[in-house]
Amino acid sequence: MKEEDRLEEKNPIEGLLRMDRIPHIWCPGCGIGTVVTSFADALKKTDLDLDKVAVVSGIGCTGRVAGYIKLDSFHTTHGRAIPYATGLKLASPGTKVVVFSGDGDLTGIGGNHFIHAARRNMDLVVICVNNFNYAMTGGQVASTTPKTANASTAPYGNFEGAFSLPYLADAAGATYVARWTALHLRRVSKSIEEALNRKGFSFIEVITPCVTLYARRNRLGSGLNLLKYYYDKSEIRHGADTRDLEITFQGKLTVGKFIERERETFLDAMNSHLSHVLGDDYQLYGRCFDD
Amino acid sequence: MKKLKTDPKGVLTGSHYLDGDYALAEGALAAGCRFFAGYPITPSTETAERFSERIPYVGGVFIQMEDELASIAALIGAVWGGQKVMTVTSGPGFSLMMENLGLACMQETPLVIANVQRGGPSTGLPTMTGQQDMMQAKYGSHGDYEIIALSPDSPQECFDLAIEAFNLSETYRVPTLIMTDECVGHMHEKVVIPEADKIEVVERKWYTGPKGEYLPYKLDDDGIPFLTKVGQGHRFHTTGLTRDERGYPDLNAERQKIVVTHLIEKIRGNADKIIKLEEDQIENADVVVVSYGITSRVAVRAVQQAREAGLKVGTMRLITVWPFPEKRIKELAPHVKAFVVPELNYGQIVREVERSAWGKTKVVSVPHCAGWVHDPADILQAIKEAAK
Repeated sequence: MKEEDRLEEKNPIEGLLRMDRIPHIWCPGCGIGTVVTSFADALKKTDLDLDKVAVVSGIGCTGRVAGYIKLDSFHTTHGRAIPYATGLKLASPGTKVVVFSGDGDLTGIGGNHFIHAARRNMDLVVICVNNFNYAMTGGQVASTTPKTANASTAPYGNFEGAFSLPYLADAAGATYVARWTALHLRRVSKSIEEALNRKGFSFIEVITPCVTLYARRNRLGSGLNLLKYYYDKSEIRHGADTRDLEITFQGKLTVGKFIERERETFLDAMNSHLSHVLGDDYQLYGRCFDD
Repeated sequence: MKKLKTDPKGVLTGSHYLDGDYALAEGALAAGCRFFAGYPITPSTETAERFSERIPYVGGVFIQMEDELASIAALIGAVWGGQKVMTVTSGPGFSLMMENLGLACMQETPLVIANVQRGGPSTGLPTMTGQQDMMQAKYGSHGDYEIIALSPDSPQECFDLAIEAFNLSETYRVPTLIMTDECVGHMHEKVVIPEADKIEVVERKWYTGPKGEYLPYKLDDDGIPFLTKVGQGHRFHTTGLTRDERGYPDLNAERQKIVVTHLIEKIRGNADKIIKLEEDQIENADVVVVSYGITSRVAVRAVQQAREAGLKVGTMRLITVWPFPEKRIKELAPHVKAFVVPELNYGQIVREVERSAWGKTKVVSVPHCAGWVHDPADILQAIKEAAK
């Protein structure tokens, strides 16, 4: 039998994965792989030169994404994916830089960097996999854990308020903000594609099941049960006021594309402002990289 | 600031009256640094200010980050973006940088951090001098690693050692620290900047092999792996985890041994090439004063007076503090009555001198709690006692 006639199921995104690192470490029922698939799908649909796309992750379950994607990829320290990506982007403006990390990494320990990168409109695509807890370390309470939900360090239920990430991103100045769940595969992919094809700080939150920890501790059943929850309780409201996006325990999930606006990126603002103030003496930065 | 008259490479060739902080920025620019990420902190801020004024005219990026954790993370990212990079800080900011100093060691990214030291602990004495971070420079991040640390004693040396720091960091793919202090940072002196062509600059050791076959941690014949930058089609990976040649995580004791041994031995094994000392009248000396940075200039007075009093005193100035010149100390120990070690801390580098002397001679600490420099009389007193 000829090689091409063999009936062998090939993963459609194999070319974008480091197959020499598969199998991955994620649990059965985890939603991170779903988001990775959507990301790969979006990459295939864009016209970007994939040699010029880089992925930066922090630490945690989602922090492992950088290790599986076959692009220039960087696994950094806890919370510092965004400033690391900022340096990468500014040093190499022709590179499309994607930050792929978890809720704890991006908005807990790394929250300060998140708001500042949004404020600067740093040209980054930030994909945040939100599973409502610190999963890699065993299911501790996070800045995103809904009130009353149980976590290993909130054994009697969480009594802190949670961040609503699209509201935070919007308030800080992000120029593209969307939220989906792991059920909305094609919509996640479309949002990532839109973000890849635009300039500026683009933020996509994807609510995903953490079956092993969050779901188990809260007796929410399997990954399928969580997808059912997403199906029952999500409501697509594009352009919704980001003040109304709070997530309560097993409550309504408002999803959609909330923000898409134009604003000068950090580098464009730097170049236009300094050219204006300093005139011909200013050495325009980054143009050579784009050519 | 108006555009300064520089040569085409942006080097401020000529004779200038600069403080140490400004000289650091000029040295970095002369070494080809075109990316600076920093956070304001006294007494180092002037370096960031100078860089932010100069960079628009030479083509590069200055970004004031939201904190020092972000500053050093941005530097590491910018190295993989292909730039030569620098930041500057002082005690509290240096503490915040420690975790990612470890990442820079692990990912083997060349970068330069200047610490214009002030008195600590904590907020301590923001505007006053100190040399209390010397051990932190070497041991502040967790795990075993090696860095290189230099200690300039003048604005001229801030300029010279900034270039040297870039060269060393590129040569060994290692973070290099400039451990200066408030006195040197704020001291104005003549700084002579040579023509660009006369400045020796080590360029990055770029990978030039086939596309897609780049291995970020495969050692070259000299024991140092090649570097690349994003966008070259290699689709490489790097991590802070213990990794193999491909940069893939490889979590076991055998790999750990290979990685840690490499990170340490690439510096210790080249210590003789890295270390720079300035010695004076060490032959036949009874007492050798070992000092670095501003303290070595204060010690000059004490040494002068001791010599006038007929004592045989030699001096050793540590231009390189890390790796520590243990071989040289060990060599001298049996031949001298004592080493005298004044420093603006409660006794840090003196421990290295003690260790290196192997009990073959006396080692006298002249501590100071920082805030101001030693009274030369205290150093003189220590020399006299030691010479007995």
